[in-house]
Amino acid sequence: MVESKPALRARPLSPRLEVWRWHITLAASILHRLTGMGLYAGLLILAGWALALASGPDTYGAYAGLLASVPGKIVLFAVTVCLFFHMANGVRHLAWDSGLGFKPATADVTAWAAFAFAAAAAVGVWVLLAVNGVL
Amino acid sequence: MADYRTALGRARGLGSAKHGVGHFIGQRVSAVALIVLALWGVWSALSIAASGYDGARQWLGEPVNAALLVLLALAGFYHVRIGTGVIIEDYIHRPATKATLLIANTFVCLAGAALTAICLLKVAFAGGPS
Repeated sequence: MVESKPALRARPLSPRLEVWRWHITLAASILHRLTGMGLYAGLLILAGWALALASGPDTYGAYAGLLASVPGKIVLFAVTVCLFFHMANGVRHLAWDSGLGFKPATADVTAWAAFAFAAAAAVGVWVLLAVNGVL
Repeated sequence: MADYRTALGRARGLGSAKHGVGHFIGQRVSAVALIVLALWGVWSALSIAASGYDGARQWLGEPVNAALLVLLALAGFYHVRIGTGVIIEDYIHRPATKATLLIANTFVCLAGAALTAICLLKVAFAGGPS
């Protein structure tokens, strides 16, 4: 007798924003993805920098001038925030993968800590840039 | 009783065939590498931000700087390709659009990684300001 094909098990669905109550952990989760996309842009900016550096002084000067303009600085500051948030929240993910930090209270505290670290580190880096006279 | 189903038919719907965790592990290994590389990258950006064209080329002429920056670019594009792929798979459900975006994502990341690495190495091998 030929058995019938087993039915596929129901697959888990990814979280959608509209079905979740707002919470700090929700914000951290969605921002992890958004900042990841921001870092995609950051990598493309790095690729452009490498290309400009390999193309000669004129191209490099133009590219560096673009990055040093006010819109350029705003973009680079945003990339800095993305980097530090994604890094801190990524450490939360690595902890969860090891089975740690799942208690709601712990998850709340570490989410706030990721936001605080991102703000402090990004501002710190740009203060250092200002102190070094780069801005 | 004889089972007439093929091996594939029996395996379907039962989950991973031991290769399903490749991306999961790769994403985490590159994440650990990127914590170190990105912190070094920020520190390096701070140190060469004011040094101009010649300074940047001289900095990249240092083998350790060139190696770490190439690794940062490669690990970064690898990591961002997987992450973006997951986002596309989660939120884009029209098969043609999904496939197009996944392929475009792969091409952009491969092109970005190759271009960045070759540009950095070209400058690194040129040895200092030109």
